[in-house]
Amino acid sequence: MRNELCTSLYAKASPVAAVSSLLLQQMKCSRAAGAQELSQELPLSGVKLRQRQPMDYFTQQLINGLVLGSIYGLIAIGYTMVYGIVGMINFAHGDIFMIGGFIALITFLILISIGVTAVPLILLVVLLVAMAITALYGWTVERIAYRPLRHSFRLAPMLSAIGMSFVLTNYSQVAQGARVKPIPPLITGGYTLHESADGFVIQLSNIQILVVITTIVLLLIFNRLVLRTRLGRDMRACEQDQTMAALLGVNVDRTISMTFVIGAALAAVAGLMYLLYYGQVDFNMGFVAGIKAFTAAVLGGIGSLPGAVLGGLAIGLIETFWSAYFSVEYKDVAAFSILIIVLIFMPTGLLGRPEVEKV
Amino acid sequence: MTALSQETVSATRTAAGIPFILKKAFLSALVALVLFSLMIGIRTEAGPDGQLTYWTRFGELASIVGIVFGGSILIELARQWIGPIGAEKLVPPAVHRGMSILGNYLAPALLIFTLLVPVIFYNQRYILDLAILVLTYVMLGWGLNVVVGLAGLLDLGYVAFYAVGAYSYALLATNFGWSFWICLPLAGILAAMWGVMLGFPVLRLRGDYLAIVTLAFGEIIRLVIINWQSLTGGPNGVTGIPRPTLFGIPLDNSDDGLAAKLGIEYSPTHRIVFLFYLILALALLTNWVTIRLRRLPIGRAWEALREDEVACRALGINTTTTKLTAFATGALFGGFAGAFFATRQGFISPESFTFQESALVLAIVVLGGMGSQLGVALAALAMIGGFELFRGLEIYRMLVFGWAMVLIMIWRPRGLIGHRAPTVYLKKAQAISSDLVKEGHG
Amino acid sequence: MSGERILNVDQLTMRFGGIVAVQDLSFSADRRKITALIGPNGAGKTTVFNCITGFYKPTGGAIRLTHDDGKEIVLERLNDFRIAKQAKVARTFQNIRLFPGMTVLENLMVAQHNMLMRASGFTFLGLVGAPNYRNAEAHAIGLATDWLKRVSLLDRADDAAGNLAYGDQRRLEIARAMCTEPALLCLDEPAAGLNARESAALSELLLSIRNDLGTSILLIEHDMSVVMEISDHIVVMDHGVKIAQGTPREVRDDPKVIAAYLGADEEEAMAVMESGS
Repeated sequence: MRNELCTSLYAKASPVAAVSSLLLQQMKCSRAAGAQELSQELPLSGVKLRQRQPMDYFTQQLINGLVLGSIYGLIAIGYTMVYGIVGMINFAHGDIFMIGGFIALITFLILISIGVTAVPLILLVVLLVAMAITALYGWTVERIAYRPLRHSFRLAPMLSAIGMSFVLTNYSQVAQGARVKPIPPLITGGYTLHESADGFVIQLSNIQILVVITTIVLLLIFNRLVLRTRLGRDMRACEQDQTMAALLGVNVDRTISMTFVIGAALAAVAGLMYLLYYGQVDFNMGFVAGIKAFTAAVLGGIGSLPGAVLGGLAIGLIETFWSAYFSVEYKDVAAFSILIIVLIFMPTGLLGRPEVEKV
Repeated sequence: MTALSQETVSATRTAAGIPFILKKAFLSALVALVLFSLMIGIRTEAGPDGQLTYWTRFGELASIVGIVFGGSILIELARQWIGPIGAEKLVPPAVHRGMSILGNYLAPALLIFTLLVPVIFYNQRYILDLAILVLTYVMLGWGLNVVVGLAGLLDLGYVAFYAVGAYSYALLATNFGWSFWICLPLAGILAAMWGVMLGFPVLRLRGDYLAIVTLAFGEIIRLVIINWQSLTGGPNGVTGIPRPTLFGIPLDNSDDGLAAKLGIEYSPTHRIVFLFYLILALALLTNWVTIRLRRLPIGRAWEALREDEVACRALGINTTTTKLTAFATGALFGGFAGAFFATRQGFISPESFTFQESALVLAIVVLGGMGSQLGVALAALAMIGGFELFRGLEIYRMLVFGWAMVLIMIWRPRGLIGHRAPTVYLKKAQAISSDLVKEGHG
Repeated sequence: MSGERILNVDQLTMRFGGIVAVQDLSFSADRRKITALIGPNGAGKTTVFNCITGFYKPTGGAIRLTHDDGKEIVLERLNDFRIAKQAKVARTFQNIRLFPGMTVLENLMVAQHNMLMRASGFTFLGLVGAPNYRNAEAHAIGLATDWLKRVSLLDRADDAAGNLAYGDQRRLEIARAMCTEPALLCLDEPAAGLNARESAALSELLLSIRNDLGTSILLIEHDMSVVMEISDHIVVMDHGVKIAQGTPREVRDDPKVIAAYLGADEEEAMAVMESGS
């Protein structure tokens, strides 16, 4: 029933508008996935569920929000790292995430067609291939579009990034077609956490667990990478002062490249998680997801890795709860409004350092 | 002697360069192979029953990798022969000066030509339509130029004001039946009010934060238009928007139409020509007002704000109102352009007001050389005209546009017209090199 | 007696987080006099300046400005641009802040923004070319020309400010501040980076601003030759507190001042002592 609703909305919209709001529709469909089986059994609307079992409904939304937030967090790390080191919004990062999703999809398809059936093996191979190739995309974008402009006027890299974002979006549209690409569910099953008397279940699916665990593990790994390794030290040095870092023997070009590579690899993970969780990708999913992830990075305090994940979770939760309690249609409006409000009252985000104006 | 040694140096460099070039081209091809292996080598498609299928395209993959290999060799050779790729080096300063002198005559010549366009191309509907489109973007570019070029506030959501103008006219005209000439100023004023509304929250923001907030604002407006179906018709848009009239005289085939009144034979081209002169007048109004404003204290304060906000405050300039007036002025012109767009199309929907439009207008302003009126007009002509060349290749259009943005930024980060004209002078107006002109903090 | 004092700083305290930059500082500046604020690096001089000119909100204390007509203005209650606009306090910056992409003349026109704004009927009259705006603009250009003559930059009027030599930029910044027709001119290290000849010219310029125009000046300066030559009154700060004040002669002989400078920087201490001999 929910899916029908989604498609009917989709059909009503004119094609371009529909495509651009596709992400919205998809998330709406998938968000409801948890409660979908139930709604088939019991003709209860979301509103009634909300009223009858407020706590259960809340908990389910909390789970859904955390999962969505983890995906945003993974993308946000890429934004925050790049902003920290070269001080630019990598507009193409959302599209790198989209490319990651596509590469995961294609790898997945190849593995299935050559007869690999072990799910853990598939996941591992898809993860590694997607990370590797997407990382190369990140590297190439930096090399072509940003490096020549590193010491140019500040607006130039930003416009170049916007251009690159268009290139990537359109490239995958041309290369893979405009239609949404679905995959069959790979990871099924889950746990029923709680079942109330009138049949409302709080579900925690395996895929949700996977998304959250992957995010946490990767965050820990990369946090360690930035804090403990030579590369991480070089990154932090470049963040402070590129000229000084270069004088002290840090290879600035290589360090910046590596930042883009790592950010893109994490975006690829997010792309894979998105593919697994929502079961589909399309060429246009990068833009809105990218802006929201950037919102997350800003909310968390740009430049801070834990901040990015925290911001991601916050945006995921806000979006999910807004959809659940207010209106699905305006959930993007809510996310963007929160970005504006945060920047007005907390320009440095949750974990960012305050900026003192030098006179 | 020196020339000779230089020659030998470059000769040896080229000689030593051949293995280097090949190595570089080989590496580029390798990177391309990995990048495109899955995305181009394999094509996925969703079947009718939702089943995903795929087929291979190794031929295409091979040819693209080949192109990258060859292209890489060519670029590297060009780089060694010409030196580092950069517009400033390709175009000697003397030519720049010549261009600026030419610029003095270029603007009037361009204006006269534009005035004559409907006469010259009277029977070529396509060219007239294209000219109207170009002029619409010239106007948008000039409007955004106030915000970005003069005040130095980066606005990625300019399309929001265009949308507000278009919807204001469309809704006022369809719901209340008000004429274009009443709705036009209203549309502008409403857009300007939205400009102030956007301006308030972003007053304290700097740099990329300002950019992202304006972008979010543009998206919010678009999403609200899509979702507020009872008012805006949602994704279906507004249809049946009245055509403009010549002060009450419709330009149609009716008995009290202009053609009948003048006693000439009706032709649909009349309306097109009228629209052409309408947008030309609006664009010239924008240009005139902007040029006037630059010479007034408010315009100088905008430019001073772009140069140094702290110094402005120390001189007693109210930076809040200065920024707000910049946003409002830019939005006002965007609103006018939007109202024109609505009356010209007769139909508007949210898909005309996407982020891509904002990016296109911003690209026009930056390519034009921020702050330069002539540059913006030339850039709009180049961009929209260039876009039009790819009309047949619709799906590659954004790909080409994206690459154009990247390459233009690398080629000329400061735009076509890279100098600023002073607003007041004692003895002689001297153009100021863009290297000195700041970009502002937004 | 309030007519004698243009600026009264009373118990001014400024904290950044846990760091106390200025502690209970009280001093005053006399009308039509040059008051210098000196002290070793990190003494908190620029912080005091930023409090007076509204760039920082003081944590505590009061800053009062009395205009010629006896009107008293509490500066810490005004925010940023109003201090320049209403209280008529103009300032320059330690690291020059001109509008580099605008011409020298344009820089001086921007300084007269508020006057021109009123004359242009807040843009609307100016847009239609009202004659009284044209008169106001001509007057503004006249004032700017006067100042360009004073700082001997008249022949550079149509050059970009960013193209001027360092010393010229310093003088232009002072001229720009003076074009706001201030009651109190605050100069943050105006002689920094100038050579001996330029410093001498600067001293002359500041003295003529005081003598000919009667503008009160408050300056921070490291160049002791300038300070000792032109100051009427000197306030010495160290570590955020006032350690001495008085005429140049009194300050020069004050053992506390010498100690502060000795503790901070031998060279500067020598400069203080040498200027006394």
